Amino acid sequence: MYSKMLSLRFPKKTANKPVVYSLVKKFDLTFNIMKATIYPREEGFMVMELSGHKTNFQRGIRYLKSLGIQVDSIGQDIRRDDRKCFQCGACTAVCPTGALYVKRPQMEVLFDRDKCSACELCVSACPAKAMEIRFNKALLS
Amino acid sequence: MPKASFSRTIEEINKKIRAGKAVVVTAEQMGEIVKKSGPEKAAKEVDVVTTGTFSPMCSSGAFINFGHSKPTTKASKVWLNGVPAYAGLAAVDIYIGATEPTEDDPLNRVHPGQFKYGGGHVIQDLVAGKKVELLATAYGTDCYPNREIKKKVTISDLPYAMLFNPRNAYQNYNCAVNLTNKTIYTYMGVLKPHAGNANFATAGQLSPLLNDPYYRAIGLGTRIFIGGAKGHVVGPGTQHNPRAARGPNGVPLSPAGTIMVMGDMKAMDPRWVAGVSMLGYGCSLAVGIGIPIPVLDADMARFTGVTDEEIFTQIIDYGGDYPKGQAHSLGKVSYAELKSGSIRFNGSDVPTVPVSSYVRALEIANILKGWIERGEFLLTQPVEGLPSVERAE
Ligand code: SF4
Ligand code: SF4
Repeated sequence: MYSKMLSLRFPKKTANKPVVYSLVKKFDLTFNIMKATIYPREEGFMVMELSGHKTNFQRGIRYLKSLGIQVDSIGQDIRRDDRKCFQCGACTAVCPTGALYVKRPQMEVLFDRDKCSACELCVSACPAKAMEIRFNKALLS
Repeated sequence: MPKASFSRTIEEINKKIRAGKAVVVTAEQMGEIVKKSGPEKAAKEVDVVTTGTFSPMCSSGAFINFGHSKPTTKASKVWLNGVPAYAGLAAVDIYIGATEPTEDDPLNRVHPGQFKYGGGHVIQDLVAGKKVELLATAYGTDCYPNREIKKKVTISDLPYAMLFNPRNAYQNYNCAVNLTNKTIYTYMGVLKPHAGNANFATAGQLSPLLNDPYYRAIGLGTRIFIGGAKGHVVGPGTQHNPRAARGPNGVPLSPAGTIMVMGDMKAMDPRWVAGVSMLGYGCSLAVGIGIPIPVLDADMARFTGVTDEEIFTQIIDYGGDYPKGQAHSLGKVSYAELKSGSIRFNGSDVPTVPVSSYVRALEIANILKGWIERGEFLLTQPVEGLPSVERAE
């Protein structure tokens, strides 16, 4: 199961097409719409959580892009719960950006949020479940 | 006639501790002291060296007695927060193992499984004072007629809760790599293909048994720091193997000794007993253990003065050799190299990843140091030593 929070920006010509319906029907994906707006000049903006099998998910995204919809993944704000983190370092095996790194010689494990790409690999790799995904609620208001 | 070399007894050390005069240092500090002054002088200066380790340790669990119900019950199956406990002991006695997952856990059906909750988490929740759901079923007897108990309990409702770990504090452990072409998920953490990373799992120079390689001071009855409380070593752990190959300094070059330990969960702190979920592997418990080592003589000063440069372990392929049961060394590395951030392996630099917390290990060694300095913790003479080997002189 693969799931991501996405923002969709529809150009004027697609705003009235049943694209979400097609996502469900053609690609076997499920969705949860958090916000949907049509702006005065008829472009649309939507925030939704899209879930499904990873390959279907990727095909679905390709379909959206082929319609000229701008798709961005949003809201993945990764935080570390420092009360849960016990400073082992296991997460540094998977972190591709070096946001999680070991300070030597103290062997402290630090988290640099500015370097984090929100790839989420650390979330399941952390034995203490200290890495958490927070949705950026600012986008929904 | 040779001059009698310096020595002191545990009784003498305890006398100094009671008087608030004992000199206590951590194993990290002892390394520097011995390097600077040599073991003879260090032995005269230092009375006790404290060690520490904080790491996921499988082979952990707890004996719990949950008290009698009215009417009485002879529980035959018991679950705590949905995690099965072993109930084949007595009417209301159970053992909950750290690696037992929740009964309906999807395990590795979607690989790698997440193993979100298990025995280790139950133990941490109890220690943290949280409510845990206890479900017990029974077949009913004349003396224990009740068939089911379902209630929420906290640790204060339990008449007895003893952390009792059959194998902890491994003396040295492998350095794990993966030589296959896909990522694997192990109890040593995530291992990327083609030796993309090398994971290691002990606190090196701070690790208890690496500071007492022949178990001169650690044995049945040794009082220790466990889970934030005082507890004891109760004997050799399962898989205790003193016969592993050793370096000239006596330190094993691969996994060797282990200890069985116990401590009262009611006195523990959840900071030092934490449930863990190893991706694709299973649940476990991270346990904090600290052992004070008496500097009985220059020999003990030399042992406790061991540093990361002098402790070695073997690189093992967890992708191919290990699962086949054919683990063999692909090379030897020191803990100094492992802690530096990368090792040379097969002609390239491989990033190293610790899975045991050095920061927490040092914190434990310092807490124990404080306890001893304040006279709150006395050293013990083991009642029985751990099986050891003759020393190569
Ligand atoms: S793996 Fe988790 S507990 Fe360990 S250092 Fe990283 S964030 Fe902390
Ligand atoms: S989300 Fe990805 S980039 Fe961010 S800390 Fe975790 S592993 Fe590193």
